[in-house]
Amino acid sequence: MMKEKLDQLREEALKQIKETDSADRLNEIRVAFLGKKGELTGILKSMKDVAPEDRPKVGQMVNDTRAEIEKVLEESKTRMESAIREAKMKAEVIDVTLPAKKNKVGHRHPNTIALEEVERIFVGMGYEVVEGPEVEKDYYNFEALNIPADHPAKDEQDTFYINADLLLRTQTSSTQVHEMEKGRIPIKMIAPGRVFRADEVDATHSPSFHQVEGLVVDKDITFADLKGTLAEFSKQIFGPDTKVKFRPHHFPFTEPSAEMDVSCFKCGGKGCRFCKGEGWIEILGCGMVHPHVLEMSGIDPKEYTGFAFGVGLERIALLKYEIDDMRLLYENDIRFLKQF
Amino acid sequence: MNASLSWIKAYVPDLETTDQEFFDAMTLSGTKGESYTRLDKNLEKIVVGQLKSIEPHPDADKLVICQVDIGTEIIQIVTGASNMKVGDRVPVVLDGGRVAGGHDGSANPEDGIKITAGKLRGVLSNGMMCSIEELGSSREFYPEAPENGLYIFPEDTQLGADAAEVLGLRDTVFEYEITSNRVDCYSILGIAREAAATYNLPFHMPQVSVEETSEKTSDYISVEVRDTDLCTRYCARVVTDIHIAPSPKWMQRRLASCGIRPINNLVDITNYIMLEYGQPMHAYNLDTVAGHHIVVKRAADGETFTTLDGQERKLDSEVLMICDADKEIGIAGIMGGENSMITDDVKTVLFEAATFNGPNIRKSAKRIGLRTDASGFFEKGLDPVNAEDAINRACQLISELGCGKVTSGIVEAGAPVAPQKKITLEPDRINALLGTDISRDEMVAILKREQITVDGDQIIVPSFRQDLNQMCDIAEEVARFFGYDKIPTTLPKSSATTGKLTFKMRVEAKAREVAQFCGFSQAYTYSFESPKVFDKLLLPEDAKERKCIRISNPLGEDFSVMRTISLNGMLTSLSTNYNRRNKDVRLYEMGNIYVAKKLPLTELPDERMQLTLGFYGEGDFYSMKGVIEEFLDSIGMLDKVEYDPKAGKPFLHPGRQAKVVYDGEEIGYLGEVHPQVCDNYDMDTHVYIAVIDLPAVLPHASFDRIYTGIAKFPAVTRDISMVVPSDILAGDIEHMIRQRGGKILESLELFDIYEGAQIKAGFKSMAYSLSFRDKEKTLSDDEVSAAMKKILNGLESMKIELRS
Repeated sequence: MMKEKLDQLREEALKQIKETDSADRLNEIRVAFLGKKGELTGILKSMKDVAPEDRPKVGQMVNDTRAEIEKVLEESKTRMESAIREAKMKAEVIDVTLPAKKNKVGHRHPNTIALEEVERIFVGMGYEVVEGPEVEKDYYNFEALNIPADHPAKDEQDTFYINADLLLRTQTSSTQVHEMEKGRIPIKMIAPGRVFRADEVDATHSPSFHQVEGLVVDKDITFADLKGTLAEFSKQIFGPDTKVKFRPHHFPFTEPSAEMDVSCFKCGGKGCRFCKGEGWIEILGCGMVHPHVLEMSGIDPKEYTGFAFGVGLERIALLKYEIDDMRLLYENDIRFLKQF
Repeated sequence: MNASLSWIKAYVPDLETTDQEFFDAMTLSGTKGESYTRLDKNLEKIVVGQLKSIEPHPDADKLVICQVDIGTEIIQIVTGASNMKVGDRVPVVLDGGRVAGGHDGSANPEDGIKITAGKLRGVLSNGMMCSIEELGSSREFYPEAPENGLYIFPEDTQLGADAAEVLGLRDTVFEYEITSNRVDCYSILGIAREAAATYNLPFHMPQVSVEETSEKTSDYISVEVRDTDLCTRYCARVVTDIHIAPSPKWMQRRLASCGIRPINNLVDITNYIMLEYGQPMHAYNLDTVAGHHIVVKRAADGETFTTLDGQERKLDSEVLMICDADKEIGIAGIMGGENSMITDDVKTVLFEAATFNGPNIRKSAKRIGLRTDASGFFEKGLDPVNAEDAINRACQLISELGCGKVTSGIVEAGAPVAPQKKITLEPDRINALLGTDISRDEMVAILKREQITVDGDQIIVPSFRQDLNQMCDIAEEVARFFGYDKIPTTLPKSSATTGKLTFKMRVEAKAREVAQFCGFSQAYTYSFESPKVFDKLLLPEDAKERKCIRISNPLGEDFSVMRTISLNGMLTSLSTNYNRRNKDVRLYEMGNIYVAKKLPLTELPDERMQLTLGFYGEGDFYSMKGVIEEFLDSIGMLDKVEYDPKAGKPFLHPGRQAKVVYDGEEIGYLGEVHPQVCDNYDMDTHVYIAVIDLPAVLPHASFDRIYTGIAKFPAVTRDISMVVPSDILAGDIEHMIRQRGGKILESLELFDIYEGAQIKAGFKSMAYSLSFRDKEKTLSDDEVSAAMKKILNGLESMKIELRS
């Protein structure tokens, strides 16, 4: 009899649960059946009328019924909440193609991008990055680099002078001398920095620009090492398929000297407007440090040899980013800078 | 340096090559080609034809109908030209051919002009007869061509022959970039020598033998060099019975290929020798040379001299002069004088081939303000041996071309010719330097290709190779002709080294990173600027920034002083953006200022790297302050930073500026740019800037961090709301709160500040939220209250009222 009563109660509860779609109503149902004054509690209260030997069994039946109703109630609640959330999300659809709200992050200058690339590559190869003064003594900019007072190269470089002894350095090569004078060998360094030449401002000239100088001095350093080092640098900066070509050239402070071309990284060497149809682009000057230069800085050229190179940062930046006017680099128009 | 392939081939007759191949091969062996030009570019199907008849055109007054014999047939051509007559031989473009340009001599189109048969006013024309301009050249190089009209060939020109060939246009001119060490290559012979070495072919110098008269040169002229430091050699020869006439076509064509206009045999020969041997020569009218005596000596200070272009030149005691017994007759190596110049009626000529001190010529030319073709050669420092060869070659041509009679012998003076240089051939050291394994024999063979002989282990350096002095020079010669491309590619096998940036560079990189995250883009500006900048920035007359370094030879006033303050570049860049209507622009720059320790400058200045930030548009003073703090935080310096409103910067708004002080020391400043300065830079908006002096920051900067644990115990917060006299700074209040709050005061935050209607005049309302916490335990109310009491007492002593 008690079982029937419980079954009936369960059926009624489940039916009501099933019929509702409101969380409030679910709560009413919970109170009505399972609450302190609820029907199931009522049944529990009538336990005193049950024979004592049947009580555990009936108790078990009551608990099972309660558990079942609770379970269905809980499931229903979960289902209902999930339906509500679904409905809410349906109402929350946004247009993902509306404009982004950007964090206003600034941009690196193309020169700096090129510089950081060059530094990364050479630091990876074990080079120290050093600096030298921009206002320099004539001795370091010229004489110690095998460019004595009467040398034509001194005229070629259109130097800004402060006075007879001090000038604005025309090349980062001056840093080579400072480094060699320290007397610590091996030397493996790059020296980036600002240099100055008395060139009027136009699309391809600027009176101030940037170079990175490289210098290695040790026992048994060869021209082959120079080639290998710069070939590796070129592959890293211009892409793994980059080929290099070394052409004989002349610099007073290196002998033998060379200019290095890289296969055009725009057309792969087929010829295009960037390489002026040649397939090659001139990138840097380099050579074996002249024995007289080593000697002047106190290094014995019979014991040590070295190589040096100098590359223009603006040149790399202009080429890599197809910038057609050097003036853009010093004008700082935000519409230009934002592109990098 | 220009050189035509046909001229080079005159000395390297076995040279078989194409233009591009020659260009590449020479470049790879060290004679760098800049470009090359085919002289017959766009000249197609052009032959020599002869006019058989000229008839009027029935419908056009200005046209005539010609029958032209082109060797194989007779064709009809209608032309507007009028300078020809029956029997003349002219260039004829056939149907489907091409010419370089129009007859008016205007710029030639890239692909030339195609010529097709067609009717002209109803009459068929099967081609075109051409002027020299249509053939891509000009009267300058073909002086025999008429000013207007068809080019007319000599009567013996073969009909049907290739007109371009007949005109010497089947040739290519290469333009070479010669490096300053290779003086010998500023000559066709030098380049031909390189070509022979590059292709490993025999090199043929011109065979020079001078047909001389029985008269002795020494009877005509004597030479004395007083300043042998400036004139190393002076060779003189004399030519009598001068006969001026046009030079032969082959010489004219060679001169023209180097861009030199043919004039007459005498002038052309000197120009020819300058190109062929790289030795400029000068010709004097011997009858004007007083005492038939040449003296080479320095000028006197303040003297003047009239050069052959009629200009009066001011001289000084470093200018070398060519003089006769009485007077100056030429500026050595630069230009001859008007008083001794060659005129059409000249009878006897004194030829001079000399070598001078290169740097002296260069400096003299610069001071006088007269740089000539000749001085361009001499300033490189020429070979005294070559001077003699060149004057002999010139005299050979003089007699061969019937230009005059050459007297017997050279008269010369100068310093003794330096003995032949020798260098020891050291194959092992060469290989060690290059990283190669080239045999001694191969090295000797390479040198031989260059006309350099090896005797035992001694390399005999020819006089024209003044650039060869030691082993590394020989290594380069070997490498060039062995092939730079064949040298192996290795990496240094040297001791291991560590790659690294300096600490300064790491701090700079951090500054860039922070600036970028805060929305600033990187600017680069010049290191030199106008001294007017100081006025624009309202700096007083005695400001230390005005003690700047001046460039002695600036590009102009605007680039004449080294910057002592980094703001001008920043404000100029912001102004550029502002005036281009770019919105909300934020820029930063990392660049040096140059601070002289003493003026005039005797030692290197202090180069101080400045982080300069600037913006207009969105943001205010406190946004800029936030950027400074982000940076200082990133280098571990935020805790001891204070801001002093008494910054004393005249270019900033007097009420909106602050010195950034770290541990009592100024490390920079920030503020709103003074409205007058904004006006000076054409900006009608609020502009904010900040400058951090990196050398001041570096000693305190650190990337070290120590983890302090995350608080386990709860914080207690207390809010204080107060009414504060307006002149009391938030910084002072905060300083007091921090001191009195003690260790348990974790943080404080200003959450409200108000000045206005509800607050009495001269006061502002401020509200702080204070957070207390003990790392070791939960704080008791008593502890917090005790700390608060101290703080409140502090406020009271600062005459700050609490609000309820």
